[in-house]
Amino acid sequence: MSAESYLASPRGVRSWLLTTDHKRIAILYLVSVTLFFFLGSAFAVAIRLELLTPAGDAVQADTYGRLFTMHGVVMIFFFLIPAIPTVLGNFLVPMMIGARDLAFPRLNLLSWYVYVLGASISLWAIVHGGVDTGWTFYTPFSTTYSNGAVVTTGIGVFITGFSSILTGLNFIVTIHRMRAPGLGWYRLPLFIWAHYATSLMMVLGTPVIAMTLLLVVAERALGLGIFDPARGGDPILFQHLFWFYSHPAVYIMVLPAMGVISELVTAFAKKNIFGYRFVAWASIAIAVLGFFVWGHHMFVSGQSAYAGMVFSALSFLVAVPSAIKVFNWTATLYRGSVSFRTPMLYAFGFIGLFTIGGLTGLFLSALGLDVHVHDTYFVVAHFHYIMVGGTIMAFLGGLHYWWPKISGSSYPEGWARFSALVIFVGFNLTFFPQFLLGYLGMPRRYHAYPPELQVLNVMSSAGASILGVGYLIPMVYLFWSMRYGARVAANPWGASGLEWTTPSPPPTCNFETTPVVTQDPYTYSSEEAQVVG
Amino acid sequence: MRWELDLFPERASTVAGEVDALYLALCLVSGLFAVLIAVLIVVFAIKYRRRSEADLPRPVSGSLGLEITWTVIPLVIALAFFAWGSSLYFTLTEVPRDALEVVVVAKRWMWKFQHLEGRREINELHVPVGRPIRLTMASEDVIHSFFVPAFRIKRDVVPGRTSITWFEATRPGRYRLFCAEYCGARHSGMVGWIVAMAPADWARWLRAEVAGESLAQRGAKIFVQHGCASCHRGGPSQRGPALEGLFGRRVRLEGGGTVLADEQYLRESIESPGARIVAGYSLLMPAYRGLVSQEELLDLIAYLRSLGPAGPGTEAR
Ligand SMILES: [Cu+2]
Ligand SMILES: [Cu+2]
Repeated sequence: MSAESYLASPRGVRSWLLTTDHKRIAILYLVSVTLFFFLGSAFAVAIRLELLTPAGDAVQADTYGRLFTMHGVVMIFFFLIPAIPTVLGNFLVPMMIGARDLAFPRLNLLSWYVYVLGASISLWAIVHGGVDTGWTFYTPFSTTYSNGAVVTTGIGVFITGFSSILTGLNFIVTIHRMRAPGLGWYRLPLFIWAHYATSLMMVLGTPVIAMTLLLVVAERALGLGIFDPARGGDPILFQHLFWFYSHPAVYIMVLPAMGVISELVTAFAKKNIFGYRFVAWASIAIAVLGFFVWGHHMFVSGQSAYAGMVFSALSFLVAVPSAIKVFNWTATLYRGSVSFRTPMLYAFGFIGLFTIGGLTGLFLSALGLDVHVHDTYFVVAHFHYIMVGGTIMAFLGGLHYWWPKISGSSYPEGWARFSALVIFVGFNLTFFPQFLLGYLGMPRRYHAYPPELQVLNVMSSAGASILGVGYLIPMVYLFWSMRYGARVAANPWGASGLEWTTPSPPPTCNFETTPVVTQDPYTYSSEEAQVVG
Repeated sequence: MRWELDLFPERASTVAGEVDALYLALCLVSGLFAVLIAVLIVVFAIKYRRRSEADLPRPVSGSLGLEITWTVIPLVIALAFFAWGSSLYFTLTEVPRDALEVVVVAKRWMWKFQHLEGRREINELHVPVGRPIRLTMASEDVIHSFFVPAFRIKRDVVPGRTSITWFEATRPGRYRLFCAEYCGARHSGMVGWIVAMAPADWARWLRAEVAGESLAQRGAKIFVQHGCASCHRGGPSQRGPALEGLFGRRVRLEGGGTVLADEQYLRESIESPGARIVAGYSLLMPAYRGLVSQEELLDLIAYLRSLGPAGPGTEAR
């Protein structure tokens, strides 16, 4: 035994809170985003309870507005956006490129503290009255009419944004400067490409939401007239600024997820990815196009029909690189050696749910159809298929896949498969009925609804309880496995990738000697590639 | 609990069928696509399942032909739906010329309707079937959204502007009206009904209540009350542009350019007159933002409209 694992030494709380080791910071993030995930889920439980019956009876109308707002704020800003990059990305970006750490280890620790600070401020706002604006903070409601803690929440989210920016910067510099000898761009795992694209979006987009929220705070707290028409402002300007970040934010959530899926599909088909360069560049295409589709949130706001057409066309275009990825993952299975271990089940789940989420995005991109489904449960279902069906499935898949590396022990396969299945079933039962509800015309953010819509709502609430159980099971056995799980070797999956060449859990320095890369990624067999198609 | 499970809302407007057609076409194409992916995954996963841990499948090199195929086919399908969706959007947003005018004021948390003849209603709007209805909408406070699922129409009502939408009901009946943009605690209580009636019934309904003044008559009074008349009416004291025959005409602006004198421009000129001044005048008028309510504003616009030239909906009566 040479160097000790990063988990074992140094010891003590202080060594964790002052660590600059990217792996330990990943664990710090894992703990924090998990807490926020369960907090956000608790709000979701209350929402689904309220919607069991048509009358607004379980909670007050005022409370309901706070519940869905805080569900959105917590899940989006404190879980979905950071989850994959800060946990899996932090842990794996250096390991996958053969580096000892990120380029700026102390900046990395700072970004966690910034996250904790922003999140705590928002938590404080939740405890002190909550927010009732919806996570979208639409003006002039948020600046003039809301009676919630808008300013505090806004400042919390503003601060958290800087943590995103710092992480993005760190990844970009690391990926440019710290690749192992021989690791050219086209030899990088697709996980790295996806994180590179994500980092670009974080660095370019987050400042815009930060400024926008600052303007909201300025209007609300200082009475400046920016968005409120009564003070000479323009409420639609807010929507442009807000969605300029918040649409790309969807890709910030889903691109890293796609990176995870590329790793899972290749590892469990034991095969090179089909169309490497297409999958890699599709990430970049999504990142670029993703910045020019924000106007599709404003098709019924009175925006000019021609602007609407441009945004509609671009939104349809962004579907193409997503389709390319799905086809290439599917083709990767062809003549592979497909295993049905838990991470692969999550990957299958991701592909299915992401496909449905993506396809229903086309419904919303179509101008004339969006008029009817805009701001209904159709939209709610659509983005949950992308964010929960996509991002969370990939996060859990990735967590299971790299768990042996992160913790040094294996999780119980039977339970893991079972919970993956429970999550898949629960998810579809929760969110598929919402597509139907939306087309029937149920508006989102309704505390009470017409009685003829109850059956579908009950189905959705039933699904949510199954989904909740599905999320709790891994929580329990992953904890359990840290203590009781079987110890694992360096490469339990027989996977390719530099992170599997070092012990599990890795030593603090990651690699005893800097690895030299001589192969393309996902090389499982030395045979020459066969040509198909 | 009511055990009903519909998949479509009622179809009660001229455009509902067209929207449903696009919806069904998209359901069909995306259904096929999803099934294709699902079948491929299931078939590949079973056919190439791992039989032994020692299996090492031969790598497969990518295929440019396939990549081009699955780039171009989705692209063409996407563009086709883009074109379909856009042309439908123009149908949904272009108001037919013979539309009947109704004025809508949204405020937390109610819908107020006024018919041109003057009859007012709250959270219920009576309209004749077979006749396009043009809604001129304004908000007193935050953003609301006028949404009638059975008609497949929705339009945000944004404070500070006039929002316009239209529909034509095809069948008599009561149809739900929702506010679709979150507007505060009682957002889900900001609902109502559109009551579509046979034209004869509607005409009777309209006359049933002594209407009092028409919108334009009320507007004329407000015009005098707020002192607009002193500057905007002919004679020695005229200091502002004359308003007769203004509505719907293009006017030249101070500093070049022209603007169409529509609801939007008239609203702007009342609320913040300095924004775009008519050529040959200077800014003497105070801003009336906050001094006139949205209802008064819409009455004023109805009055200005009645000064001609006839806009859509006015010549019909
Ligand atoms: Cu978007
Ligand atoms: Cu509302």
